[in-house]
Amino acid sequence: MTDSTTAGGPPPGDDRPNPSARRALRRRRARSVAGTLVSLALTLLGLLLVTFIIGRVMPIDPVLKVVGDRATQAQYDAAYQAMGLDQPLVVQFLRYIGDVLTGDFGRSISTGQPVAQDIARVFPATVELAVLGTLIGVVIGVPLGVMAAARRGGIFDQVARVVALIGYSMPIFWLGLMGLLIFYGNLGWVGGPGRQGIIYDGMVPSVTGLILVDSLLAGDWPAFQDAFSHIILPASLLGYYSLAYISRMTRSFMLEQLSAEYIITARVKGLSERAVIWQHAFRNISIPLVTVIALSFGSLLEGSVLTEIIFSWPGLGSYITRALLSGDMNAVLGGTVVIGVCFVLLNLLSDILYRVLDPRSK
Amino acid sequence: MTFHLTTRAVMLATALAFAPAAFAETPADTLVVAHTIDDIISLDPAQSFEFSGNDVNNNTYDRLVDFDPLDPEAGFQPALAESWEVSEDGLSITFTLREGVPFHSGNPVRAEDAAWSLQRAVKLDKTPAFILTQFGFTADNVEEKITADGNTLTLTLDKPYAPSFVLNCLTANVASIVDRETVMANEQDGDLGNAWLSTNEAGSGAYELAAWRPNEAVQLTAFEDYWQGAPEMKRVIIRNVAESSAQRLLLEQGDIDVARNLTPTDVQAISSADGIKIEDEPRGRILYMGLNQKDELLSNPAVVEAMKYLVNYEGMEQSFLKGQFITHQTFLPRGYLGVLEEQPWTYDVEKARQILQDAGIEGGTITTRVRDLREYIDVAQTLQASMAEAGLTLEIEQMTGAQVLDAYRAREVPIFLGEWGPDYSDPNTNAATFAYNPDNSEEANAVGLLAWRNAYAVPEEMNEATVAATLEQDTETRAEMYKDIQRQYQAEAPIVPLFQRVEQVGLQQNIQNWWSGGAVTSVIYRQVTKGE
Repeated sequence: MTDSTTAGGPPPGDDRPNPSARRALRRRRARSVAGTLVSLALTLLGLLLVTFIIGRVMPIDPVLKVVGDRATQAQYDAAYQAMGLDQPLVVQFLRYIGDVLTGDFGRSISTGQPVAQDIARVFPATVELAVLGTLIGVVIGVPLGVMAAARRGGIFDQVARVVALIGYSMPIFWLGLMGLLIFYGNLGWVGGPGRQGIIYDGMVPSVTGLILVDSLLAGDWPAFQDAFSHIILPASLLGYYSLAYISRMTRSFMLEQLSAEYIITARVKGLSERAVIWQHAFRNISIPLVTVIALSFGSLLEGSVLTEIIFSWPGLGSYITRALLSGDMNAVLGGTVVIGVCFVLLNLLSDILYRVLDPRSK
Repeated sequence: MTFHLTTRAVMLATALAFAPAAFAETPADTLVVAHTIDDIISLDPAQSFEFSGNDVNNNTYDRLVDFDPLDPEAGFQPALAESWEVSEDGLSITFTLREGVPFHSGNPVRAEDAAWSLQRAVKLDKTPAFILTQFGFTADNVEEKITADGNTLTLTLDKPYAPSFVLNCLTANVASIVDRETVMANEQDGDLGNAWLSTNEAGSGAYELAAWRPNEAVQLTAFEDYWQGAPEMKRVIIRNVAESSAQRLLLEQGDIDVARNLTPTDVQAISSADGIKIEDEPRGRILYMGLNQKDELLSNPAVVEAMKYLVNYEGMEQSFLKGQFITHQTFLPRGYLGVLEEQPWTYDVEKARQILQDAGIEGGTITTRVRDLREYIDVAQTLQASMAEAGLTLEIEQMTGAQVLDAYRAREVPIFLGEWGPDYSDPNTNAATFAYNPDNSEEANAVGLLAWRNAYAVPEEMNEATVAATLEQDTETRAEMYKDIQRQYQAEAPIVPLFQRVEQVGLQQNIQNWWSGGAVTSVIYRQVTKGE
């Protein structure tokens, strides 16, 4: 297929570079990888520094969380020193970075457990929810956006617009509670708050921390069904929000493509409307769409606090929020590192997919 | 092709979503509780001082003396100690330990375990240690002051304290008896097992800790060799469910047996539901109004007096506090020895206005900080409205609990609205903080005392009376002494008790003998049964 991708590229007959050119290419790639890694490290360091400073300027005393309301001044002072808060800020930060580099994220003052252990427990819960939410958002949102653009101004477009508008404007806690009331309370179609029903609690051996996966690995179908019945409602809710965003972006990308000249050419050539939409226009929007989906997934990783609270879902968003309100900076910084790494990885993944999907980058 | 695949995927997901899920009533031998348990920081009884941590430890550990959940009115009862004797001079108490009681590890509970447990709490000196160190124990002397000899344990006190005072303190979680051998096998860097016990237990209580996932769930399993007999509920699961409406739904669906954080709205909605009952239980927490004496306007006794008549006690109790609080105008909660029943103040704006007028006060503005909890904000706004009627302006700044507490401990909150929960089951727990402040100077920095936080210079005779009540050997006389202190307190103190917390628990109809711990202790599960 030829569309708008003919610009650039090597001249015909010169598609096998000589050995020195290959070495140069390898060097360029190595430099590019090294550059990417340095930029990643700097990004994460900057992120940690900003989070650290925010934590220190917040008017919340973390020592009180540890020693409690009744502590005497002597107990308070002892805890203050034990937490290293008597050191200058720079020393505290450098010490923290040193510990992180050795894999030690410290101990959370709001759970009393090592932060790494806490994150290993809460992060899979969030990932499970975000993956399913994004999946729902993509599977429904993309076709919705494509069809809304294909029949612009038609009834389908109007319906898609209303669906997206509701998704943007409805408070998630209200939708969550209504969802629970109707699908769990009245109809009994789905499981209630929590990741599992009581009788399955702790029964599936944890391998990945993703209960859906772990129950399948254990071959425990009833446990899988139970876990699915618990996740489907919060995931659908998150999926709805992600659907609203993805469908609107898909629609706008598609409208831009459908008005391009190559589409007119394709239509003139007598291609079916389906082929024009899916094989020409859609293929070209797949590149920016990847970024949209990656961003949407990223936002679900850290932004689903309310959903987690309503559904008693022990995830990373509510973990970080709770930690922040307690002045539990080890937990906040640990969570920030994880989210930061995720965003960086998602960006990398988008870059890689760009190269795979965009012929020009070859 | 892609579209066909996605269509199939959607259909599969929909089919799975709406397939009948595997629902089950809670099993007959399992108690499932929904509660907010995100306050647990440590499960070490020498350190734990949060409500939910104490709820767990109250069931996994035993103490020398304890409450009978089926007869809480009887007060402390023999537990690991089957008897005790107070020396003639009142300076020592000797306990005889019950024989044949095992720890969860299988090790026997010995007097030396009990002595070591109390010594350990004193040496670790974590926040609740003051409950023991107030009897004169220090890290240096505790090995001589708390001793074991064969089957007996002796406490040597620095003063002849009221036996009821000492024994009430021994019902506190910090006085839990831990299995020395198990704990010391897990000691790290001389921490007396503190790090290990933060996430594990080594007790002899009716339940063993099966799992604790912070902010998520606690699981307890019955200890079959428990000395009072194995509990009927073989498994207790406490799930962290923050939202009242979610707790209500879970209860209505039969997925839980007990819901402990229902709002008045949900309680009202659920109270007529089939198969569900609501039980009200007064707890120990007192909602009070602290009038900071560093504030020029509030330091005028007439303003303090007027403020007591500007609280719409009945109005609030009947509206947004309905079911959650009852009017209570003294610092000892109902259920405590020596509690005063008198309620001297009513909502009377005219009277307040008259008091202010007689004192020549013509208006004034106070800016205060209130924790961003719905009920505290509602109380503050109600107070704001009635103060406005009396010519006083109240400006409210909302903040997080941690921020308000920080400012309160620095004596920077002009009108504090919040709760105080007793630390142990003796009246001294509240008397020693509301009505005791021997040095009101800034330098004293007595941040633990509510009187100091509100800059209330407690009169010397009240300080002395509070101390004297801890030494009175006769319990009846002691109770009268506390009543006298409360009367004097009501007459003059700028810290005004307003309400006592009531816990409204939603239960399945078949749950029997539920006890949240009343005003004096934490929840106990071992007596809970399930009927048909």
